[in-house]
Amino acid sequence: MKEEIIIAGFGGQGVLSMGKILAYSGLMEDKEVTWMPAYGPEQRGGTANVTVIISDERISSPILSKYDTAIILNQPSLAKFESKVKPGGVLIYDGYGIINPPTRKDIRVYRIDAMDEANERKMAKTFNMIVLGGLLKIRPVVSVESVVKALRKTLPERHHNLIPMNEEAIKIGMEIIREAGE
Amino acid sequence: MTEEVVLMKGNEAIAHAAVRIGVDGYFGYPITPQSEVLETLAELKPWETTGMVVLQAESEVAAINMVYGGAGSGKMVMTSSSSPGVSLKQEGISYIAGAELPCLVVNVMRGGPGLGTIQPSQADYFQATKGGGHGDYRLIVLAPASVQEMADFVDLAFKLAFKYRNPAMILTDGVIGQMMEKVVLPAPRPRRTEEEVTAQCPWAATGCKGRKPNIITSLELDPSVMEQRNLHLQAKYAEIEEKEARYEEINCEDAEYLIVAFGSCARIAQKSMEHAREMGIKVGLLRPVTLWPFPTKAVKERAKQVKGILVVELNSGQMIEDVQLAVECKVPVEHFGRLGGIVPDPDEVIEAIRKQLINKQ
Repeated sequence: MKEEIIIAGFGGQGVLSMGKILAYSGLMEDKEVTWMPAYGPEQRGGTANVTVIISDERISSPILSKYDTAIILNQPSLAKFESKVKPGGVLIYDGYGIINPPTRKDIRVYRIDAMDEANERKMAKTFNMIVLGGLLKIRPVVSVESVVKALRKTLPERHHNLIPMNEEAIKIGMEIIREAGE
Repeated sequence: MTEEVVLMKGNEAIAHAAVRIGVDGYFGYPITPQSEVLETLAELKPWETTGMVVLQAESEVAAINMVYGGAGSGKMVMTSSSSPGVSLKQEGISYIAGAELPCLVVNVMRGGPGLGTIQPSQADYFQATKGGGHGDYRLIVLAPASVQEMADFVDLAFKLAFKYRNPAMILTDGVIGQMMEKVVLPAPRPRRTEEEVTAQCPWAATGCKGRKPNIITSLELDPSVMEQRNLHLQAKYAEIEEKEARYEEINCEDAEYLIVAFGSCARIAQKSMEHAREMGIKVGLLRPVTLWPFPTKAVKERAKQVKGILVVELNSGQMIEDVQLAVECKVPVEHFGRLGGIVPDPDEVIEAIRKQLINKQ
């Protein structure tokens, strides 16, 4: 098993931390993982992206030209990464703020309105976990149990009371993701 | 506590490894993309546990001279910085090499020249391997290609530095420094006691009660003595070149084309190699792990079987000179590099193999 994932959006959306939780979940399953952020003079509101690779075997390049799965959370990221999904691969996008949706026919495109859902339920801080839930529904690269384990390991103890809310967010994501155009 | 498996950045791994293997002191000054080394050490507060000193100096120059002082007393001391900061340290590094002291300098390279950019680069290869400071000296230069090696090479660098009484450098870049990977941290071991330091380092300034004073200096005004001292250094460097060259070869047995790349570029090139092989192009990868001493013999040997060599670097062509010296014009040696903080993707490297090696023949 090897899954090469790009997560891209605005700074402040939790792109990097979502990637980190995903990578850590892979670690919980004893897989090889890399987490490579596009780092720069980044700021809230600027673009942010991270490449996460989860594999059974030693990983070569942490930097890629093509991805199995792209998670796209804003329009500039769609413009940048739609063409870089491998044929037959998966593109998941949040409908919020995306005026021109993906057009490729040789990949599977899914839409998840995580931003709207998070705002409606007053769960804005778990936006990225809703998206992660969507991903895990379509591409179960790690189990939800491993994600919870990862959260337990990475969050300081005083924040462990937030874990059920994150689990809930993952479940919501799994429910609301759908094929684009439906 | 024993070994521990965690997910962390390369920079963080360096800090954790330093505390765990019993480093005595770290002196640094923040600069992107290596600031997590100092940040992580501040978070770990090792002065409360192992007694390790962590100090943010007033400048890079101050930090390297604190290293000079600590090393002179036989302690395991280190500093870290990124390209412009490492340029500032060069005078101190030359003095430490001249005084034959062990220490570790970490350079998480960024694009230059000048203040340059904070993005990854390998443009300090010449500076690290050919002597960035003045005088006829060498650093032992290790080039990690993974977060695991970032952790492991802290220990290796100190072992080599103490074995040869010579400064060692970990030469890496923003890719390896900022990337998170699975890493097995070394089992903790205590810092050496004062008695152990004195026993291990009879040359150190540890207090001269009952013995002749040790004088630590790089100054010698009598040229005939200074020449002897230089010859002694050269003999030591020759021994290091003979014994300590390290490298990794992947898919080289049947290779028709060879990529030579270090650090982050070796990781990218490995992916290029996998793709190329899927397309039926037999590519192998030779990754120098020590940049000085350069694995000259290994490159020379592998050059005998291949039709051409592509050196992939994040610079305009620096390590290629060492490859060319090793190959002695027996096969074509071409260069592919991206500059100023741009990192190539694996496809660009395959394109370069096609254009510069295969289609040229």
